[in-house]
Parts: sequence; C-alpha cells; structure tokens
Amino acid sequence: MQWESWSAFWQMGGAGVYVWACYGLTLALIVAELVLVIRRRKDTVTRLLRWRRAVGKDVGGQGARVESVE
Amino acid sequence: MTNERMTNPDNPPGRSPTSWLRFAAPQQFYPLAGRLAPWFACTAAVLTVVGLYIGFFVAPTDFQQGEVYRVIFIHVPAAWMSMFIYLVMAFWAAVGLVMNTRLSFIMSQALAPTGAMFCFVALWTGALWGKPTWGTYWVWDARLTSQLLLLFLYFGFIALTRAIEDPRRADRAGAIIALVGAVNVPIIYFSVQWWNTLHQGASVSLTKAPSMASTMLAGMLLMSIAAWMYSIAVALWRVRALILERERHTEWVGEVLEAEGRAR
Repeated sequence: MQWESWSAFWQMGGAGVYVWACYGLTLALIVAELVLVIRRRKDTVTRLLRWRRAVGKDVGGQGARVESVE
Repeated sequence: MTNERMTNPDNPPGRSPTSWLRFAAPQQFYPLAGRLAPWFACTAAVLTVVGLYIGFFVAPTDFQQGEVYRVIFIHVPAAWMSMFIYLVMAFWAAVGLVMNTRLSFIMSQALAPTGAMFCFVALWTGALWGKPTWGTYWVWDARLTSQLLLLFLYFGFIALTRAIEDPRRADRAGAIIALVGAVNVPIIYFSVQWWNTLHQGASVSLTKAPSMASTMLAGMLLMSIAAWMYSIAVALWRVRALILERERHTEWVGEVLEAEGRAR
C-alpha cells in the first residue's frame, strides 16, 4: 500500500487536481460514449421501424423489397 | 468508379462473389457482434479495476515525478490506442477499396469516434501532466503537434463520411483520408527519436528492456489491454447500428426490426 491515509491518496502528493482531472474526464467520456453508442442502435431501430411503416411494410409482415424508397 | 462497377454487365449485383460477400457478411456479423460485445466490455471492466488497483495502490511513487506520473495509466494506453485504431481504420479502408466489401468501410467508420476519443484523452492527460512536470500545458514539439494532427484527421474522417449522402462515395472518401492520414502514425511514434522533443522518449519498446518499475509497467499494460477490449466492444456495438442503417432495404434487417418492434 502506497498511501498513509485516504486524504493523502486524494491529494496525490499535491498533484491531485491534475491526476483527478485526467481520470475524471476520461471516465466521463467513456460513460458518454457507452450511452451514445447504445442509444444510437435503439434510435436506429425506432427510426427504421417508422420508416418501414411509412413505406407500407406493416409490423408482422415479411415485407417485400421496396426499390423506390429515397 | 462505383457506377462503372455497379453497371458492369460482367459483374451484376447478386451474382459475383463480391456482392455475395457484401450481402452475407453483415447479416452474419450483426448477431455475432451483438453476442461478442458484452464479453469484451466485461473483460475491459475487470482489467480496468485490476489495472487501476495496481496503478494506484501497488506501483511505487516515481523518484523523479512523485505521484503525478500516475496519469500514465491512462495517458499511454490512450495514446497507443489512438494510433492503433487509426491504423486499423486504414487497414479496413484498404480492404474495402481492394475487395469492395461494404462491411470493411463500416468497420472503419465504427472505430473512428472511439479513436478520436482516445486521441483527445491522450492530449488532455498529456496537457495536465505537462503542467506540473514541464511547467506548461502545451508546446509545439513534434510529438504533441503530430498527435494533434491525428485528432484533426479523426475529425476530418468523421465529418467527411457523415457529410456525404451517398454511402458508397462517403466510404471511398473516408477510406482515402484514412489511408493518407496513416502516414502520420509512424511520425507520431518515432517523433521522440527523430526530433528533439520536450516529450520524453519511449519508456517501453519492443527492442529494449522497459525503463520503469515492473509494477508500473504491469498497471500500464493491463490498462492498455483494457483499452483494447473497450474499443472492440464499443466498435462492435456501433457497427450494429451502422449495419442496420446500411442494410435497411434487405429482408433480414426487416426481420430484425420487426422482432425488436414486437419485443418493445
């Protein structure tokens, strides 16, 4: 164990601000990326389901290929 | 170039091996990616916990820098990952251009945001490490400048592939940025040898024994493997959304969508 106390740990020998700003931002970005990437697939599914209904492929139908979309 | 290929009577869509690959690969890859991603994510989480424990509680204080060096456990893995992801993107871009496989381009687009994230983390942690050790957040030395260029290459790639409406043209334009920009990666890596930089030289290389305590090295390597696992997991999740988008006209995506719609 490298630390005498938890407050010594958080202070990081006086460099606490720098160290924790590094770890904090990295954690925030990773959480944000995970949320975005999971939400993105769900949003894509929602949007494409709506698009399928709009072009006449009903829920439950197998849906023939529609070439004239877009 | 694409139009020629699409209208070439000797190579009609649906018959050549190329278009068979293009059709079959995403369909098989989509469920595979969904099954694999959680395992990579869990491995990343476990390795991160172990790596951080070693980094913060086992690795000793650095005799020169004190405690601030503990930034290394994210700085180095992030910097390595940012370079490696770009090379993987360039690899998939090359495969896509040569083999005309759509999944290859999608792979390189699925990796780009994660690469950009790691590139930004490397720059951010570097700046915050530089202030207490060098006395400045930023210098225009070769290592820092080429790493900043890498971030702009990522942004350029992402902006270009999203700005072009026609996916085939977007794929090719992105592939060219990925390939041309890959030249920058060895420049970043060797910059500390080629030029006189404020940034220190490599502490770890393939050719000589690492110049750091073995527990520091262990923490750094564990965090690096964690960064790999994380990148793979996120890229696999992202590729699934891209595949659905690109393959939305196909029957199999229709079935996937309807199944998800019923499950909601």
